[in-house]
Amino acid sequence: MFDFDPSTFGLAHTYQKEDKDEINTLKMPSAPQVIYRTLNGPTQTNGGNKLNNFKHGTTTLGFVFKEGILLAVDSRASMGSFLSSEQVRKVIEINEYLLGTMAGGAADCQYWLAYLANHCRTYELKNGSKLSVAAASKFLQGILIGYKNSGLSMGCMIAGSDLSGQHLYYIDNDGMRLKGDIFSVGSGSTYAYGVLDNHYRYEMSLNEAVELGIRAIYHATHRDTASGGVVRVYHIHQNGWTKVHDGIDVVDLHYQFAQQKGLVGDGDEAKQRLF
Amino acid sequence: MYIPMNEMLKHFKQDVPTMANITHKSEQWSPYHDNSGTVLAVGIPGAVIVAGDTRLSNGYNIMSRDATKLSQLTDKCVLATAGQYADFIALRKFLQQRLQLYEFQNEVQASTETVAHLLSRELYSRRFFPYYTFNLLAGLDENNHGFVYGYDAIGSYDKMTYGVQGSGQELVVAVLDNQLKGYNKINKTIPQTREEILDIILDCFSCAAERDIHTGDNVEILIITSAGTERLIKPLRKD
Repeated sequence: MFDFDPSTFGLAHTYQKEDKDEINTLKMPSAPQVIYRTLNGPTQTNGGNKLNNFKHGTTTLGFVFKEGILLAVDSRASMGSFLSSEQVRKVIEINEYLLGTMAGGAADCQYWLAYLANHCRTYELKNGSKLSVAAASKFLQGILIGYKNSGLSMGCMIAGSDLSGQHLYYIDNDGMRLKGDIFSVGSGSTYAYGVLDNHYRYEMSLNEAVELGIRAIYHATHRDTASGGVVRVYHIHQNGWTKVHDGIDVVDLHYQFAQQKGLVGDGDEAKQRLF
Repeated sequence: MYIPMNEMLKHFKQDVPTMANITHKSEQWSPYHDNSGTVLAVGIPGAVIVAGDTRLSNGYNIMSRDATKLSQLTDKCVLATAGQYADFIALRKFLQQRLQLYEFQNEVQASTETVAHLLSRELYSRRFFPYYTFNLLAGLDENNHGFVYGYDAIGSYDKMTYGVQGSGQELVVAVLDNQLKGYNKINKTIPQTREEILDIILDCFSCAAERDIHTGDNVEILIITSAGTERLIKPLRKD
Protein backbone atom coordinates (compact mmCIF):
# COMPACT_ATOMS: atom_id res chain seq x y z
CA MET A 1 0.00 0.00 0.00
CA PHE A 2 3.00 2.28 0.41
CA ASP A 3 5.22 1.22 -2.45
CA PHE A 4 6.32 4.42 -4.15
CA ASP A 5 6.96 4.24 -7.84
CA PRO A 6 8.70 7.42 -8.91
CA SER A 7 7.38 7.02 -12.45
CA THR A 8 3.91 7.72 -11.15
CA PHE A 9 4.75 11.10 -9.69
CA GLY A 10 4.23 12.82 -12.99
CA LEU A 11 0.83 11.24 -13.58
CA ALA A 12 -2.22 13.09 -12.48
CA HIS A 13 -3.95 9.88 -11.54
CA THR A 14 -3.38 6.97 -9.17
CA TYR A 15 -3.02 4.14 -11.63
CA GLN A 16 -5.30 1.25 -10.69
CA LYS A 17 -4.08 -1.64 -12.77
CA GLU A 18 -7.12 -3.90 -12.44
CA ASP A 19 -9.61 -1.32 -13.52
CA LYS A 20 -8.15 0.16 -16.67
CA ASP A 21 -5.76 -2.33 -18.23
CA GLU A 22 -7.85 -5.42 -18.82
CA ILE A 23 -11.25 -5.48 -20.40
CA ASN A 24 -13.50 -6.40 -17.53
CA THR A 25 -16.84 -5.66 -16.00
CA LEU A 26 -17.45 -2.87 -13.51
CA LYS A 27 -15.45 -4.40 -10.69
CA MET A 28 -14.58 -2.72 -7.45
CA PRO A 29 -11.19 -1.07 -8.01
CA SER A 30 -8.35 -1.91 -5.71
CA ALA A 31 -8.20 0.25 -2.68
CA PRO A 32 -7.23 3.91 -2.97
CA GLN A 33 -3.50 4.25 -2.43
CA VAL A 34 -1.83 6.77 -0.23
CA ILE A 35 0.98 7.79 -2.59
CA TYR A 36 1.20 11.54 -2.33
CA ARG A 37 2.41 11.72 1.26
CA THR A 38 2.53 15.51 1.36
CA LEU A 39 -1.11 15.67 0.55
CA ASN A 40 -2.05 13.07 3.12
CA GLY A 41 -5.12 13.74 5.12
CA PRO A 42 -7.58 16.56 4.87
CA THR A 43 -5.57 19.01 6.97
CA GLN A 44 -2.64 19.26 4.60
CA THR A 45 -4.30 20.03 1.31
CA ASN A 46 -4.17 23.63 0.31
CA GLY A 47 -7.33 23.74 -1.72
CA GLY A 48 -9.13 26.09 0.59
CA ASN A 49 -11.85 25.19 3.00
CA LYS A 50 -14.10 23.55 0.44
CA LEU A 51 -11.92 20.52 -0.12
CA ASN A 52 -11.54 19.75 3.57
CA ASN A 53 -15.20 19.92 4.32
CA PHE A 54 -16.36 16.44 3.55
CA LYS A 55 -19.77 15.55 4.87
CA HIS A 56 -19.65 15.06 8.67
CA GLY A 57 -21.73 15.46 11.77
CA THR A 58 -24.46 13.09 12.72
CA THR A 59 -26.24 11.04 15.35
CA THR A 60 -26.63 7.32 14.92
CA LEU A 61 -27.53 4.79 17.54
CA GLY A 62 -28.12 1.08 17.89
CA PHE A 63 -29.00 -1.22 20.71
CA VAL A 64 -29.67 -4.89 21.29
CA PHE A 65 -32.87 -5.97 22.98
CA LYS A 66 -34.85 -9.14 23.29
CA GLU A 67 -36.48 -8.85 19.87
CA GLY A 68 -33.24 -8.18 18.01
CA ILE A 69 -31.42 -4.94 17.27
CA LEU A 70 -32.79 -1.48 16.69
CA LEU A 71 -30.90 1.10 14.62
CA ALA A 72 -32.00 4.73 14.50
CA VAL A 73 -30.26 7.50 12.61
CA ASP A 74 -30.75 11.13 11.67
CA SER A 75 -30.34 12.40 8.11
CA ARG A 76 -28.34 15.59 8.14
CA ALA A 77 -25.09 16.07 6.23
CA SER A 78 -23.09 19.21 6.79
CA MET A 79 -20.11 20.50 4.82
CA GLY A 80 -18.50 22.88 7.24
CA SER A 81 -21.38 25.10 8.26
CA PHE A 82 -23.40 24.54 5.11
CA LEU A 83 -26.07 21.86 5.15
CA SER A 84 -25.49 19.88 2.03
CA SER A 85 -28.45 17.59 2.59
CA GLU A 86 -31.25 16.87 5.01
CA GLN A 87 -32.24 13.59 3.42
CA VAL A 88 -29.11 11.48 3.61
CA ARG A 89 -29.49 7.75 4.08
CA LYS A 90 -27.16 6.91 6.94
CA VAL A 91 -28.14 3.30 7.26
CA ILE A 92 -26.46 1.42 4.46
CA GLU A 93 -28.11 -1.83 3.46
CA ILE A 94 -25.14 -4.10 3.00
CA ASN A 95 -27.27 -7.14 2.24
CA GLU A 96 -30.53 -8.69 3.47
CA TYR A 97 -29.08 -9.63 6.83
CA LEU A 98 -26.48 -6.93 7.48
CA LEU A 99 -26.83 -3.21 8.03
CA GLY A 100 -24.16 -0.57 8.48
CA THR A 101 -24.55 2.95 9.85
CA MET A 102 -22.68 5.97 8.64
CA ALA A 103 -20.96 8.52 10.86
CA GLY A 104 -17.96 10.68 10.12
CA GLY A 105 -16.99 10.92 6.48
CA ALA A 106 -19.92 10.02 4.26
CA ALA A 107 -17.83 8.98 1.27
CA ASP A 108 -15.58 6.78 3.42
CA CYS A 109 -18.55 4.99 4.97
CA GLN A 110 -20.40 4.61 1.66
CA TYR A 111 -17.38 3.27 -0.16
CA TRP A 112 -16.10 0.83 2.45
CA LEU A 113 -19.52 -0.51 3.38
CA ALA A 114 -20.18 -1.13 -0.32
CA TYR A 115 -16.78 -2.83 -0.49
CA LEU A 116 -17.83 -4.97 2.47
CA ALA A 117 -21.10 -5.81 0.70
CA ASN A 118 -19.15 -6.93 -2.35
CA HIS A 119 -16.90 -9.07 -0.16
CA CYS A 120 -19.84 -10.66 1.66
CA ARG A 121 -21.51 -11.58 -1.62
CA THR A 122 -18.31 -13.05 -3.05
CA TYR A 123 -17.83 -15.09 0.12
CA GLU A 124 -21.40 -16.35 -0.05
CA LEU A 125 -20.98 -17.43 -3.67
CA LYS A 126 -17.62 -19.09 -3.07
CA ASN A 127 -18.45 -20.83 0.19
CA GLY A 128 -22.16 -21.45 0.00
CA SER A 129 -22.83 -19.88 3.37
CA LYS A 130 -23.30 -16.35 4.61
CA LEU A 131 -20.55 -14.43 6.30
CA SER A 132 -21.15 -14.00 10.03
CA VAL A 133 -21.53 -10.53 11.52
CA ALA A 134 -18.36 -11.03 13.54
CA ALA A 135 -16.38 -11.94 10.43
CA ALA A 136 -17.82 -9.11 8.36
CA SER A 137 -17.01 -6.55 11.02
CA LYS A 138 -13.53 -8.02 11.45
CA PHE A 139 -12.94 -7.73 7.72
CA LEU A 140 -13.83 -4.07 7.81
CA GLN A 141 -11.64 -3.53 10.86
CA GLY A 142 -8.72 -5.07 8.99
CA ILE A 143 -9.15 -2.62 6.12
CA LEU A 144 -9.35 0.37 8.43
CA ILE A 145 -6.24 -0.62 10.36
CA GLY A 146 -4.42 -0.60 7.04
CA TYR A 147 -5.49 3.01 6.52
CA LYS A 148 -4.73 4.07 10.06
CA ASN A 149 -3.47 7.67 10.33
CA SER A 150 -4.23 8.35 6.69
CA GLY A 151 -7.15 10.63 7.46
CA LEU A 152 -10.16 8.36 6.96
CA SER A 153 -13.02 9.26 9.23
CA MET A 154 -15.52 6.52 9.99
CA GLY A 155 -17.50 5.59 13.06
CA CYS A 156 -19.84 2.95 11.87
CA MET A 157 -21.89 0.25 13.45
CA ILE A 158 -22.30 -3.11 11.79
CA ALA A 159 -25.46 -4.83 12.88
CA GLY A 160 -26.78 -8.07 11.52
CA SER A 161 -28.37 -11.40 11.97
CA ASP A 162 -26.58 -14.68 11.52
CA LEU A 163 -26.88 -18.27 12.74
CA SER A 164 -25.78 -17.36 16.24
CA GLY A 165 -28.25 -14.52 16.66
CA GLN A 166 -28.27 -10.75 16.22
CA HIS A 167 -25.03 -8.89 16.90
CA LEU A 168 -23.98 -5.26 17.04
CA TYR A 169 -20.41 -4.11 16.46
CA TYR A 170 -18.87 -0.66 16.53
CA ILE A 171 -16.04 -0.06 14.04
CA ASP A 172 -13.82 2.98 14.09
CA ASN A 173 -11.27 4.51 11.71
CA ASP A 174 -8.60 3.93 14.40
CA GLY A 175 -9.12 0.22 13.94
CA MET A 176 -11.26 -0.26 17.02
CA ARG A 177 -13.85 -3.00 16.93
CA LEU A 178 -16.19 -3.40 19.86
CA LYS A 179 -19.04 -5.77 20.40
CA GLY A 180 -21.74 -4.25 22.54
CA ASP A 181 -25.36 -3.80 23.48
CA ILE A 182 -25.74 -0.04 23.20
CA PHE A 183 -23.84 2.30 20.91
CA SER A 184 -24.35 5.84 19.78
CA VAL A 185 -21.99 7.51 17.34
CA GLY A 186 -21.57 11.03 16.08
CA SER A 187 -21.59 14.61 17.24
CA GLY A 188 -25.01 14.13 18.83
CA SER A 189 -24.18 10.83 20.47
CA THR A 190 -23.82 12.28 23.96
CA TYR A 191 -27.41 13.51 23.92
CA ALA A 192 -28.65 10.20 22.56
CA TYR A 193 -26.75 8.26 25.25
CA GLY A 194 -28.47 10.29 27.95
CA VAL A 195 -31.90 9.29 26.74
CA LEU A 196 -30.90 5.72 25.89
CA ASP A 197 -29.25 4.96 29.21
CA ASN A 198 -32.24 6.34 31.00
CA HIS A 199 -34.86 4.08 29.49
CA TYR A 200 -33.02 1.08 28.07
CA ARG A 201 -34.06 -2.38 29.22
CA TYR A 202 -33.24 -5.63 27.45
CA GLU A 203 -36.82 -6.86 27.89
CA MET A 204 -38.38 -4.01 25.89
CA SER A 205 -40.99 -4.80 23.29
CA LEU A 206 -40.47 -3.74 19.69
CA ASN A 207 -42.77 -0.74 20.02
CA GLU A 208 -41.02 0.48 23.14
CA ALA A 209 -37.66 0.08 21.46
CA VAL A 210 -38.76 2.01 18.38
CA GLU A 211 -40.15 4.76 20.64
CA LEU A 212 -36.89 4.91 22.54
CA GLY A 213 -34.78 5.07 19.39
CA ILE A 214 -36.90 7.86 17.92
CA ARG A 215 -36.86 9.82 21.12
CA ALA A 216 -33.11 9.53 21.54
CA ILE A 217 -32.47 10.75 18.01
CA TYR A 218 -34.96 13.56 18.45
CA HIS A 219 -33.20 14.81 21.57
CA ALA A 220 -29.85 14.67 19.84
CA THR A 221 -31.14 16.63 16.85
CA HIS A 222 -32.73 19.13 19.20
CA ARG A 223 -29.45 20.01 20.88
CA ASP A 224 -26.80 19.22 18.28
CA THR A 225 -26.53 21.61 15.36
CA ALA A 226 -24.95 19.01 13.12
CA SER A 227 -27.84 16.56 13.51
CA GLY A 228 -31.32 16.95 12.15
CA GLY A 229 -33.59 16.19 9.25
CA VAL A 230 -35.60 13.02 9.63
CA VAL A 231 -35.34 9.93 11.80
CA ARG A 232 -34.95 6.57 10.09
CA VAL A 233 -35.45 3.38 12.08
CA TYR A 234 -34.47 -0.18 11.19
CA HIS A 235 -35.11 -3.39 13.09
CA ILE A 236 -32.91 -6.46 12.77
CA HIS A 237 -34.44 -9.78 13.68
CA GLN A 238 -33.66 -13.40 12.98
CA ASN A 239 -35.03 -13.18 9.43
CA GLY A 240 -32.97 -10.20 8.41
CA TRP A 241 -33.91 -6.54 8.73
CA THR A 242 -37.03 -4.42 8.31
CA LYS A 243 -37.26 -0.70 7.76
CA VAL A 244 -39.62 0.45 10.50
CA HIS A 245 -39.66 4.16 9.68
CA ASP A 246 -38.31 5.72 6.52
CA GLY A 247 -38.32 9.33 7.62
CA ILE A 248 -40.09 11.06 10.50
CA ASP A 249 -39.42 14.77 10.48
CA VAL A 250 -37.84 15.83 13.78
CA VAL A 251 -39.72 19.12 13.68
CA ASP A 252 -43.00 17.20 13.78
CA LEU A 253 -41.62 15.10 16.63
CA HIS A 254 -40.76 18.26 18.54
CA TYR A 255 -44.35 19.46 18.52
CA GLN A 256 -45.62 15.96 19.26
CA PHE A 257 -43.42 15.64 22.36
CA ALA A 258 -44.26 19.15 23.47
CA GLN A 259 -47.93 18.30 23.28
CA GLN A 260 -47.32 15.18 25.36
CA LYS A 261 -45.75 17.41 27.97
CA GLY A 262 -48.87 19.52 27.98
CA LEU A 263 -47.25 22.55 26.34
CA VAL A 264 -49.49 24.49 24.02
CA GLY A 265 -46.79 26.69 22.61
CA ASP A 266 -48.42 30.04 23.17
CA GLY A 267 -45.66 31.33 25.45
CA ASP A 268 -47.87 31.33 28.55
CA GLU A 269 -45.80 28.63 30.23
CA ALA A 270 -42.88 31.01 30.61
CA LYS A 271 -45.05 33.91 31.66
CA GLN A 272 -46.53 31.98 34.55
CA ARG A 273 -43.09 31.29 35.94
CA LEU A 274 -41.89 34.88 35.67
CA PHE A 275 -44.75 36.53 37.43
CA MET B 1 19.17 63.46 28.27
CA TYR B 2 21.64 60.64 28.14
CA ILE B 3 20.23 57.13 28.50
CA PRO B 4 22.61 54.21 28.25
CA MET B 5 21.99 51.96 25.22
CA ASN B 6 21.20 48.82 27.17
CA GLU B 7 18.71 50.76 29.28
CA MET B 8 17.05 52.03 26.16
CA LEU B 9 16.88 48.62 24.55
CA LYS B 10 14.98 47.23 27.51
CA HIS B 11 12.05 49.37 26.51
CA PHE B 12 11.88 47.90 23.07
CA LYS B 13 10.17 44.60 22.53
CA GLN B 14 12.47 41.84 21.44
CA ASP B 15 10.20 40.71 18.74
CA VAL B 16 10.12 43.91 16.72
CA PRO B 17 10.49 42.77 13.14
CA THR B 18 13.70 44.10 11.70
CA MET B 19 15.28 43.18 8.39
CA ALA B 20 17.45 40.68 10.25
CA ASN B 21 14.70 38.59 11.65
CA ILE B 22 11.97 38.65 9.02
CA THR B 23 11.77 35.21 7.58
CA HIS B 24 9.58 35.22 4.52
CA LYS B 25 7.60 32.01 4.44
CA SER B 26 6.83 31.35 0.81
CA GLU B 27 3.47 29.78 0.12
CA GLN B 28 3.68 26.18 -0.83
CA TRP B 29 2.55 25.50 -4.38
CA SER B 30 -0.94 24.06 -4.45
CA PRO B 31 -2.22 21.74 -7.14
CA TYR B 32 -5.72 23.09 -6.59
CA HIS B 33 -7.37 26.13 -8.13
CA ASP B 34 -10.99 27.01 -7.71
CA ASN B 35 -12.43 28.00 -11.07
CA SER B 36 -15.82 28.38 -9.41
CA GLY B 37 -19.15 29.05 -11.05
CA THR B 38 -22.51 27.57 -10.20
CA VAL B 39 -24.34 24.55 -11.51
CA LEU B 40 -27.76 23.25 -10.70
CA ALA B 41 -30.06 20.48 -11.81
CA VAL B 42 -33.74 19.75 -11.26
CA GLY B 43 -35.51 16.47 -11.99
CA ILE B 44 -39.21 16.17 -12.79
CA PRO B 45 -41.26 13.27 -14.10
CA GLY B 46 -40.24 12.88 -17.72
CA ALA B 47 -37.34 15.31 -17.84
CA VAL B 48 -34.29 16.65 -16.10
CA ILE B 49 -33.05 20.21 -16.46
CA VAL B 50 -29.36 20.94 -15.92
CA ALA B 51 -27.96 24.44 -15.92
CA GLY B 52 -24.53 25.91 -15.40
CA ASP B 53 -23.04 29.32 -15.85
CA THR B 54 -20.19 29.66 -18.35
CA ARG B 55 -17.75 31.83 -16.48
CA LEU B 56 -14.32 30.42 -15.72
CA SER B 57 -12.51 32.44 -13.08
CA ASN B 58 -9.19 32.23 -11.31
CA GLY B 59 -9.25 34.37 -8.23
CA TYR B 60 -10.26 37.82 -9.43
CA ASN B 61 -9.54 37.11 -13.09
CA ILE B 62 -11.98 35.86 -15.66
CA MET B 63 -10.25 33.29 -17.82
CA SER B 64 -13.18 32.59 -20.09
CA ARG B 65 -16.74 33.70 -20.63
CA ASP B 66 -17.93 30.61 -22.45
CA ALA B 67 -16.50 27.55 -20.75
CA THR B 68 -19.09 24.82 -20.41
CA LYS B 69 -19.57 23.10 -17.08
CA LEU B 70 -21.95 20.49 -18.46
CA SER B 71 -21.04 17.26 -20.14
CA GLN B 72 -23.50 14.78 -21.60
CA LEU B 73 -22.23 11.31 -20.77
CA THR B 74 -25.03 9.13 -22.14
CA ASP B 75 -28.32 9.85 -23.88
CA LYS B 76 -29.94 9.98 -20.49
CA CYS B 77 -27.50 11.65 -18.16
CA VAL B 78 -25.43 14.78 -17.85
CA LEU B 79 -22.54 15.60 -15.57
CA ALA B 80 -22.43 19.13 -14.18
CA THR B 81 -19.33 20.13 -12.27
CA ALA B 82 -18.19 23.14 -10.31
CA GLY B 83 -14.73 23.48 -8.85
CA GLN B 84 -11.45 23.01 -10.62
CA TYR B 85 -11.82 23.00 -14.38
CA ALA B 86 -8.78 20.80 -15.00
CA ASP B 87 -10.15 18.11 -12.72
CA PHE B 88 -13.52 18.40 -14.47
CA ILE B 89 -11.84 17.73 -17.80
CA ALA B 90 -9.89 14.76 -16.43
CA LEU B 91 -12.98 13.30 -14.79
CA ARG B 92 -15.09 13.83 -17.89
CA LYS B 93 -12.47 12.12 -20.04
CA PHE B 94 -12.34 9.12 -17.73
CA LEU B 95 -16.12 8.78 -17.63
CA GLN B 96 -16.56 9.17 -21.36
CA GLN B 97 -13.98 6.51 -22.09
CA ARG B 98 -15.23 4.10 -19.44
CA LEU B 99 -18.83 4.49 -20.58
CA GLN B 100 -17.84 3.95 -24.17
CA LEU B 101 -16.18 0.70 -23.09
CA TYR B 102 -19.34 -0.22 -21.19
CA GLU B 103 -21.40 0.36 -24.32
CA PHE B 104 -19.10 -1.81 -26.41
CA GLN B 105 -19.17 -4.62 -23.89
CA ASN B 106 -22.83 -4.56 -23.01
CA GLU B 107 -24.39 -3.28 -26.28
CA VAL B 108 -26.47 -0.84 -24.30
CA GLN B 109 -25.71 2.48 -22.68
CA ALA B 110 -25.14 2.55 -18.95
CA SER B 111 -28.15 3.54 -16.85
CA THR B 112 -27.98 6.70 -14.78
CA GLU B 113 -27.70 4.69 -11.58
CA THR B 114 -24.71 2.82 -12.96
CA VAL B 115 -23.01 6.05 -14.01
CA ALA B 116 -23.69 7.51 -10.56
CA HIS B 117 -21.99 4.59 -8.85
CA LEU B 118 -19.09 4.68 -11.32
CA LEU B 119 -18.53 8.36 -10.63
CA SER B 120 -18.60 7.76 -6.90
CA ARG B 121 -15.96 5.04 -7.15
CA GLU B 122 -13.77 7.11 -9.43
CA LEU B 123 -13.89 10.03 -7.03
CA TYR B 124 -13.10 7.76 -4.08
CA SER B 125 -10.17 6.17 -5.88
CA ARG B 126 -8.56 9.58 -5.41
CA ARG B 127 -9.42 9.72 -1.73
CA PHE B 128 -5.96 10.94 -0.75
CA PHE B 129 -5.47 13.43 -3.58
CA PRO B 130 -9.01 14.38 -4.44
CA TYR B 131 -10.47 15.70 -7.61
CA TYR B 132 -11.41 19.24 -6.70
CA THR B 133 -14.82 18.84 -8.26
CA PHE B 134 -18.30 19.25 -6.86
CA ASN B 135 -20.47 17.22 -9.13
CA LEU B 136 -24.08 16.79 -9.96
CA LEU B 137 -25.09 13.86 -12.10
CA ALA B 138 -28.52 14.51 -13.54
CA GLY B 139 -30.41 11.97 -15.56
CA LEU B 140 -33.49 9.95 -16.28
CA ASP B 141 -33.93 6.70 -14.42
CA GLU B 142 -35.49 3.53 -15.83
CA ASN B 143 -39.00 5.02 -15.57
CA ASN B 144 -37.95 8.23 -17.36
CA HIS B 145 -38.26 10.17 -14.14
CA GLY B 146 -35.61 12.83 -13.70
CA PHE B 147 -33.28 12.62 -10.69
CA VAL B 148 -30.12 14.30 -9.57
CA TYR B 149 -27.22 12.70 -7.74
CA GLY B 150 -25.20 15.15 -5.67
CA TYR B 151 -21.58 14.43 -4.76
CA ASP B 152 -18.93 15.79 -2.49
CA ALA B 153 -15.29 15.92 -3.57
CA ILE B 154 -14.51 12.34 -2.57
CA GLY B 155 -17.55 10.60 -3.91
CA SER B 156 -20.26 10.35 -1.30
CA TYR B 157 -23.55 10.59 -3.16
CA ASP B 158 -27.27 10.67 -2.72
CA LYS B 159 -30.24 10.65 -5.02
CA MET B 160 -32.21 13.88 -4.88
CA THR B 161 -34.80 15.72 -6.92
CA TYR B 162 -32.71 18.86 -7.25
CA GLY B 163 -29.20 19.95 -6.42
CA VAL B 164 -26.88 22.94 -6.60
CA GLN B 165 -23.10 23.07 -6.48
CA GLY B 166 -20.48 25.76 -6.80
CA SER B 167 -19.74 29.21 -5.52
CA GLY B 168 -23.37 30.27 -5.69
CA GLN B 169 -24.60 27.14 -3.90
CA GLU B 170 -25.62 28.80 -0.64
CA LEU B 171 -27.40 31.58 -2.48
CA VAL B 172 -29.36 29.38 -4.84
CA VAL B 173 -30.21 26.26 -2.84
CA ALA B 174 -32.24 28.20 -0.30
CA VAL B 175 -34.36 29.62 -3.12
CA LEU B 176 -34.88 26.17 -4.60
CA ASP B 177 -35.82 24.73 -1.19
CA ASN B 178 -38.51 27.34 -0.98
CA GLN B 179 -39.73 27.16 -4.58
CA LEU B 180 -39.47 23.47 -5.34
CA LYS B 181 -40.21 21.96 -1.93
CA GLY B 182 -42.43 24.65 -0.49
CA TYR B 183 -40.27 25.07 2.64
CA ASN B 184 -41.53 27.93 4.77
CA LYS B 185 -44.34 28.64 2.40
CA ILE B 186 -47.89 28.93 3.59
CA ASN B 187 -49.45 28.23 0.20
CA LYS B 188 -47.34 25.32 -0.94
CA THR B 189 -47.82 25.74 -4.65
CA ILE B 190 -45.09 23.66 -6.19
CA PRO B 191 -44.36 24.18 -9.89
CA GLN B 192 -45.10 21.14 -11.98
CA THR B 193 -44.43 22.19 -15.56
CA ARG B 194 -41.13 22.48 -17.31
CA GLU B 195 -41.66 26.13 -18.17
CA GLU B 196 -42.31 27.15 -14.58
CA ILE B 197 -39.21 25.35 -13.41
CA LEU B 198 -37.13 26.86 -16.21
CA ASP B 199 -38.30 30.29 -15.08
CA ILE B 200 -37.25 29.57 -11.54
CA ILE B 201 -33.86 28.33 -12.68
CA LEU B 202 -33.22 31.45 -14.75
CA ASP B 203 -34.25 33.61 -11.82
CA CYS B 204 -31.87 31.68 -9.56
CA PHE B 205 -28.98 32.28 -11.89
CA SER B 206 -29.78 35.96 -12.26
CA CYS B 207 -29.82 36.28 -8.48
CA ALA B 208 -26.60 34.32 -8.10
CA ALA B 209 -24.93 36.50 -10.76
CA GLU B 210 -25.93 39.61 -8.80
CA ARG B 211 -24.41 38.49 -5.54
CA ASP B 212 -21.59 36.15 -6.49
CA ILE B 213 -18.60 37.48 -8.35
CA HIS B 214 -17.73 34.12 -9.83
CA THR B 215 -21.11 33.53 -11.45
CA GLY B 216 -22.18 35.32 -14.59
CA ASP B 217 -21.70 35.77 -18.36
CA ASN B 218 -24.12 33.14 -19.70
CA VAL B 219 -26.16 30.26 -18.38
CA GLU B 220 -26.19 27.10 -20.42
CA ILE B 221 -29.22 24.87 -19.96
CA LEU B 222 -29.62 21.27 -21.08
CA ILE B 223 -33.05 19.66 -20.94
CA ILE B 224 -32.92 15.88 -21.14
CA THR B 225 -36.02 13.94 -22.03
CA SER B 226 -36.53 10.52 -23.52
CA ALA B 227 -37.01 12.29 -26.85
CA GLY B 228 -33.58 13.85 -26.75
CA THR B 229 -31.59 16.79 -25.49
CA GLU B 230 -32.42 20.44 -25.88
CA ARG B 231 -29.83 23.15 -25.32
CA LEU B 232 -30.47 26.78 -24.41
CA ILE B 233 -28.11 29.65 -23.69
CA LYS B 234 -29.32 32.73 -21.86
CA PRO B 235 -27.22 35.79 -21.08
CA LEU B 236 -26.31 36.85 -17.56
CA ARG B 237 -24.49 39.85 -16.15
CA LYS B 238 -21.04 40.16 -17.60
CA ASP B 239 -19.51 42.32 -14.90
